Amino acid sequence: MSGLLTPFIMQSAVQAITPLLLAALAGVLCGRVGVFNMALEGQMLVGAFAAIAGSYFLHSALGGIAAAILAAVIFSLILAYGATLFRGDPVVICIGMNLLASGLTAYLLRVLFGVSGTFGDPGIVGLGKIRIPLIRDIPILGWGFWSQTALTWVAIGLVGLVSLVLYQTPLGLRLRGVGEQPDAAETLGVDVQRYRIVTVLIGGALAGLAGAQLSLGVVSVFAEDMSAGRGWIAVVAVMLGRNNPLYAAAACVLFGFADALSVHLQSRGLPNQLTDMAPYLVTLAALAISHRKRNTKETRHA
Amino acid sequence: MTPIAPWYLRPLAAVTAILFAVLIGGMLIIASGANPLAAYWQIVVGSLSPASLSDTLNWATPLVGMTLAAAIPLRGGMVNLGGDGQMVIGGLVGALVPIYLPGLPGPLAALLSLIAAALAGGLYAALAAWGQTRHNIPMLISSLLMSYPAVGITSYIVRFPLRDTATGLPQSEMIPEAARLLTLSGALNLGVLIMAAIGVLAVYIDRTTVAGYELRMRGSNLRFAAYGGVRLPRQAILTMFTSGAIAGTVGAIVVLGSQFRFIDGALLSPAYTWSGLMAALLANGEPLGAIAAGLFFAALQTGGFAMQRETSVPRVLTMVLQSVVILFLAMRHGIARRAT
Repeated sequence: MSGLLTPFIMQSAVQAITPLLLAALAGVLCGRVGVFNMALEGQMLVGAFAAIAGSYFLHSALGGIAAAILAAVIFSLILAYGATLFRGDPVVICIGMNLLASGLTAYLLRVLFGVSGTFGDPGIVGLGKIRIPLIRDIPILGWGFWSQTALTWVAIGLVGLVSLVLYQTPLGLRLRGVGEQPDAAETLGVDVQRYRIVTVLIGGALAGLAGAQLSLGVVSVFAEDMSAGRGWIAVVAVMLGRNNPLYAAAACVLFGFADALSVHLQSRGLPNQLTDMAPYLVTLAALAISHRKRNTKETRHA
Repeated sequence: MTPIAPWYLRPLAAVTAILFAVLIGGMLIIASGANPLAAYWQIVVGSLSPASLSDTLNWATPLVGMTLAAAIPLRGGMVNLGGDGQMVIGGLVGALVPIYLPGLPGPLAALLSLIAAALAGGLYAALAAWGQTRHNIPMLISSLLMSYPAVGITSYIVRFPLRDTATGLPQSEMIPEAARLLTLSGALNLGVLIMAAIGVLAVYIDRTTVAGYELRMRGSNLRFAAYGGVRLPRQAILTMFTSGAIAGTVGAIVVLGSQFRFIDGALLSPAYTWSGLMAALLANGEPLGAIAAGLFFAALQTGGFAMQRETSVPRVLTMVLQSVVILFLAMRHGIARRAT
């Protein structure tokens, strides 16, 4: 096992964890206020596309990030109002949103850039890596973190911030109340609907950041459907973490390592059709194991 | 209590949603610098004119199949998001049976291939249902996640161990001519009739049999169904098996009828699973309405090819239109409920 913790694997693991973490935080926030967000995949995709478009037209990575946040928030209005004011079924809305994201980004790719499949251009400014030579030689953690984008650090900071807000502030108490006991929260004067709408939009911003990391963080290209199931893996992380940001983050770390492992196995010459399955198999296994445990606990109670 | 809605409410809502989608799509077409009326006209001509009708039906065969695969669980309040995996497994099994059992007479090989594909797709879907009923693993997510390994393994198989060495492309060998589905006319083959039969059967079972009634009962009230003596776990597994079996059959029909081999990625790129799911959602799982919605989406997509050819508006626009329809319908549902 220790043979697997090479600098290469650590770096690709942290790289893979970053978007998962941001998306999972978005899912945690939504879950906390009682909106099951299955649209992370689509929100990330919209963010990834907008990041590339923003960076290309504004010639700056920061412009790309701003565009990603803006586009993902606007896109999330569908879920924010659809699941609250219009009382639509969140599952149906999220399925629709994921397909809309896939279709819309593919359409805009053709209309704006005249290409299909992938779009890359020297004019796209990628996210720079923050290099910290000091920690470069620290085994394992240093290998993972010495050269990552700012979004990696933002993601880690946000895990702390979200946990702090949720569990240590009055705002967090209200948010949890909105999810767990909406009627009680309403009685206490909390505008449940408004809290849900704003939280879903903030979640959209986080998912947009996740998308920006995907498209601008590594090679600065947009590929159709480039979120490639990561949004679903983040959904599972949220479920495993039971809407707790720290537990969800732990699940993301596990899935990120599975992703890095698949990259590693591929570099060893294994066909990528097989190695690509690794994160999904690990995710399925984690889903199965965690629910089994919960099952036996319940039977013990009974 | 909510009064029973009149029968025309849902079709009316669907039509309204479609009009909204056409409007939004029109704006997107204008944004791309093209003429929306010309683009939409090409969709109509390219799908419904006598010359293109057989193309539409040919495209509708897998799409309506995946619509039924999504609609049947939806009828019982379940969602099968794993159609892609079940379809590729069916497609691969459907291709391998006639290729590696060359001694069989053609029609028998085709029949065996369809049955094997249905079984394989059905069992794979049933596995997700079993996980839910036995181990409480949420099927909504597990069915979707299970698609990725299925796609990966089938892709690996036709790229490495069972690759057609003659072409060097990621695809299986050709299926012997005798085992291919009979061509009816032009692009149409026997597959369209098989799918029509499955559609008729689905409507019949839904409307007249005990199993259909019990599934509808589950969909409208899970606890009432359990109280009424429906064995819920068994029903979930059988329903998902049926759904997966149809998805597997779709894979085999495409392979035996149009592509004559398993080509990596070819079953997935048209996104039949997702269009089918949206068509099923449009009709809320009611089979006849779902089939109608599936045919509508098939016409839309077939017309999309003509639109792209004639007006240079990318045909992926039709995907946007479909999702906008679903989103509007999901919202309207809420407004109506709020009003009552």
